[in-house]
Amino acid sequence: MRSVLAILRKDLLLELRTFETLPAMVLFSIVTFVIFHFALNRGSLAGQLAAGILTATLLFAAMLAINRLFVAEREQGGFDAFLLAPVDRSVLLLAKAAALFVFLVVLEVFALPAFALLLLGPSLARSLGGLVVLLALTDVALAVIGTLVSAIAVQTRARDLIGPIIALPLLIPALIALARGASPLLSGHGRTFPQGHWLAILGLYDLVFALLAYAVFDFLLED
Amino acid sequence: MSADPPAIELRELTRYFGERAALRGITASAATGTTLAVLGRNGAGKSTLLRILATLLRAHGGQLSLLGEPLPRRAYVVRARLGYLGHEPLLYRDLSGRENLRYHARLHRVAQARVEELLDAVQMRERADDPVRLLSRGMVQRLAVCRAVLHQPALLLLDEPRASLDPGAEALVEPLIGRGAGLTRVLTSHDPKAALGEADLVLGLREGRASFLAEPGQLRPDQLEALYR
Repeated sequence: MRSVLAILRKDLLLELRTFETLPAMVLFSIVTFVIFHFALNRGSLAGQLAAGILTATLLFAAMLAINRLFVAEREQGGFDAFLLAPVDRSVLLLAKAAALFVFLVVLEVFALPAFALLLLGPSLARSLGGLVVLLALTDVALAVIGTLVSAIAVQTRARDLIGPIIALPLLIPALIALARGASPLLSGHGRTFPQGHWLAILGLYDLVFALLAYAVFDFLLED
Repeated sequence: MSADPPAIELRELTRYFGERAALRGITASAATGTTLAVLGRNGAGKSTLLRILATLLRAHGGQLSLLGEPLPRRAYVVRARLGYLGHEPLLYRDLSGRENLRYHARLHRVAQARVEELLDAVQMRERADDPVRLLSRGMVQRLAVCRAVLHQPALLLLDEPRASLDPGAEALVEPLIGRGAGLTRVLTSHDPKAALGEADLVLGLREGRASFLAEPGQLRPDQLEALYR
């Protein structure tokens, strides 16, 4: 656990020093909401359309972080330094997934108010708790799959292409669950918590991919 | 009474990159506390050999044991006892030297006081809070030496360790990675004379094959010349 915290702390410190990822994610999401605002020519959205736009925007903003997750390790020798340390390789998976999770939470702290301000018709106040639970489970999926895919993509020359090509299909079930689960929360018709089956799908999805990532991550670090 | 196992033992070590054999059938051994110098032209396989010894690459053939532990099976145990100084410093450019060393200290479970001790040893305390990207190549190399010896390894793998160091800096790192450190060392160098001066055993590599394995005093000048021809 100390090693996980050491890598997480280092990644957050690197982001604070460089601001290479988080500002890009936040700016991307806000610009996307502005584009939708004008492209749809509607001042306010609700229900499935609002949930779909929120889901797609968060997904594509997340891809920016996923693409950069291992760049410093690859370009500045972080992989070698980690491999030289007497720690289990799954430590890197846990730490990187945790760092990506933190990035996603920070993104949503900025993106949700912007979404509510620029696009959403109904108030978020009553359903915010339910939406946070849905987003947290989706963030776990994005973090686990994103880490796995990023570790694969960074070994290739076309990492910016490989990342989305592998990650997007793998993430479809989680994103369907987020969009469908969030739809009633954003419709303003009284539901304040997502339906249980969407939460169950997300929870199961997180568990399955966390186990899968744990099983294969060692092999991704082989030369 | 059985003798101690060699600190380094290679038997028919082979490594490919695609179709190209970077190392072919390398056999060598070195006793604890000795220095094995690996010499050869650019591309002879010196760095590949060191990366295999550092457990960063796997051999595709042959057997290898370090500090009495077979690799790659016991790599986890060996990693805690080896220090690797390669071509890259393995330091994050946007973190300071102190932050980098503290990060490595946490990974190796070394007390933070050791970081300060090493910064003092290489006279980097004053610049320790500057981002690595702002430091000169020689200063970065001094920090890289600190990183390599942070956990007080028993075996040092040194790939051109004095590259970019001026004579003053060389003197500073000498107690940490030099012969006086009393550690088992494998070092590569493009300066054969300097390497022979601090080696107990010399392995000459040419196109991935061992040209010779001998004590420095037994080497004929023509053997050394042939290595670089």
